[in-house]
Amino acid sequence: MQSGTDLMKKKIKNQATKSEKAPMSCSVLREDCFRLMNEDGTVDPKADPKLDKELLLKMYRNMALTRAFDERGMMLQRQGRIGFYVPSFGQEAIQTGTAAALVEKDWVFPSYREPGIFLYRGAGIYEMLCNLWGNQGDLSKGRQMPVHYSFPKIKMFSVSSPIATQLIQAVGAAMASKISKTKEVAISYCGDGGTSESDFHTGLTFAGAYKAPSVFIVTNNQYAISVPLSKQTGAKKLADKAIGYGMPGIAVDGNDILAVYQATKEAVDRARRGEGPSLIECVTFRMGPHSSSDDPTRYRDEKLYQAWAKRDPIKRLRTYLESKKIWDEKKEKALQEELKKKLAEAVERAEAEPPPDPMDLFEDVYAELTPQLKKQKEELLQEVQLRGQFENTSEAFPL
Amino acid sequence: MANLTLVQAVRDALMCEMTHDSRVVLMGEDVGVNGGVFRATEGLQKEFGEERVMDTPLNESGIIGMAMGMAVNGLRPVPEIQFMDFIYPAFDEIVSEVAKIRYRSGGGFTCPMVIRTPYGGGIRGGHYHSQSSEAYFIHTPGLKVVVPSNPYDTKGLLISSIRDEDPVMFLEPKRIYRSIKGEVPEESYTVELGKASVVRPGKDITILCWGAMVPVCMKAAELCEPRGADCEVIDLRTLVPLDEETILESVKKTGRVVIVHEAPKTCGFGAELSALINEEAILYLEAPIVRVTGLDTPFPYTLEHIYMPDPERVALAVGKVKNF
Repeated sequence: MQSGTDLMKKKIKNQATKSEKAPMSCSVLREDCFRLMNEDGTVDPKADPKLDKELLLKMYRNMALTRAFDERGMMLQRQGRIGFYVPSFGQEAIQTGTAAALVEKDWVFPSYREPGIFLYRGAGIYEMLCNLWGNQGDLSKGRQMPVHYSFPKIKMFSVSSPIATQLIQAVGAAMASKISKTKEVAISYCGDGGTSESDFHTGLTFAGAYKAPSVFIVTNNQYAISVPLSKQTGAKKLADKAIGYGMPGIAVDGNDILAVYQATKEAVDRARRGEGPSLIECVTFRMGPHSSSDDPTRYRDEKLYQAWAKRDPIKRLRTYLESKKIWDEKKEKALQEELKKKLAEAVERAEAEPPPDPMDLFEDVYAELTPQLKKQKEELLQEVQLRGQFENTSEAFPL
Repeated sequence: MANLTLVQAVRDALMCEMTHDSRVVLMGEDVGVNGGVFRATEGLQKEFGEERVMDTPLNESGIIGMAMGMAVNGLRPVPEIQFMDFIYPAFDEIVSEVAKIRYRSGGGFTCPMVIRTPYGGGIRGGHYHSQSSEAYFIHTPGLKVVVPSNPYDTKGLLISSIRDEDPVMFLEPKRIYRSIKGEVPEESYTVELGKASVVRPGKDITILCWGAMVPVCMKAAELCEPRGADCEVIDLRTLVPLDEETILESVKKTGRVVIVHEAPKTCGFGAELSALINEEAILYLEAPIVRVTGLDTPFPYTLEHIYMPDPERVALAVGKVKNF
């Protein structure tokens, strides 16, 4: 096992030995990715990081919960019960592995495809489901689309739709930590498409210039809606972008949770020691649609999809846990039953919540209502009293 | 009391608040060692150190985005955008992020911060050092917009803005940064946001203005006096939230209104003020409202003195409204 900041400094070598020949070498897992697991989920004794058993089980449970939550979210949308959903199928190891490397006081600035980080840090399933309905149980009071969660108590920053804007803000949170000497680390996430945004360049520029205690995770799932990575950039490897900002960068097998966890842990520790930011490119594949409104068969390379299906991160971790004799079929069945029950109960509760009160439209624009908002609120109140109800004629969301 | 210029009053307010509240931090291009290109932050880095007065990389969205993250994590940042004309790379961070975070998180996250930026023409700055783009920000719910016109208000309004729980766009009229001096108390004080100031009482005509147009309108009022029009000049000071009460009270008294701003006419804030008066006080009006504004052209270089409202143009408009 490579230790300390070695991972960031050394040329990365796969520690897994049984490396399978990739059917499409450039897009299935690249040889330049750090990994500890073999393709089938076995881990060679020399590569085994020997993580705490409880941690491994917690990770596994969270990945399973994330998958179940995503399946439920898509189902609710297909049934017409919620308007929109963004699944994270195939990316569970990145969400859980990076979240596990943080401590409670750290800040997370997620993108919109990271339910697993919210779940790992203790966001309530019921509150997250309420967000999907945008109802009174939603912490954001129905002001944002589904999956745009916001959980201040666990320092999960409010999700924005514009891409990569949160990277700069994460650097700000990290700099506040540095100035206030609180030793918090701020981690932020974007996708491969996000690396083309000017805010990606901006965030990494500022982090590099100030040696901010921050970590940037790029979830390279190979598509930005329909645009493949090959059309996104001329860069051979997204991790290479780190060089230009004066920080270490590493590419990791994003479907190998042991590697994701180790790389993130080292980057987080490094940031906390005051040694500055790091970039981690987690190479994976978006196994689902961009969102519930998207049809990936219009553009997805099916052979590639099939190849990545064999590298399912949950199956790989399960194989590893079984080889360690800490997981088995019986436990799996019990877990699936438990998740099913928990989700069904939470869905029932969340769906019953009423929509926000119309007068709530005016709250939280400012700390206090301005005279103009007071006037508009009174006018709307009169209209509500006059009309009684409003017909919702919105069209389905297209993106 | 000290006799300060407007830009010195900015510095004085920052000094007071940084001394009083260790959460207040400054950042921007050249604000540290150089003390800002207009010297608004002169000597502050020496006083408070590099972590509280940060020279930033040359990147406006970075300045605003970083300030936002700091505010979310407990600090009170006062980022400077060197010229308002350079604010557009940060537009997304301001309108999509800073302005919306309280609302979109159901009040869970807030980002109290003050974005200071010099605006306006009359300094031979051409397109990119002269614009008044307040309307974009006034049009964005979640932002407050403040524009001082004299040293006393500058200090008091800036201190109020820094202490406010919401993000504030603090637009500094750079043309009068040094041309106006005034008495400014040495201690800390506030001027309440959302309150306009009647800077010249009068009975015939209401002139609405803000920032660098206030002294222009004051001179216009002097020109109008011998021509038989007694102008009431109102300095709005805060554009969001707007002090409708003071405006309407004056309009109901005079029945005649001239609105003056530097920004282009179409969809400038004058249009909103005109609509407000029509909605709330049309029966009091004796004449159509007239706007004296910048032209619907890009801001010019050589002919900026013709582009911009000056006292005579305002006085002509007053005459037109008076004699309608």
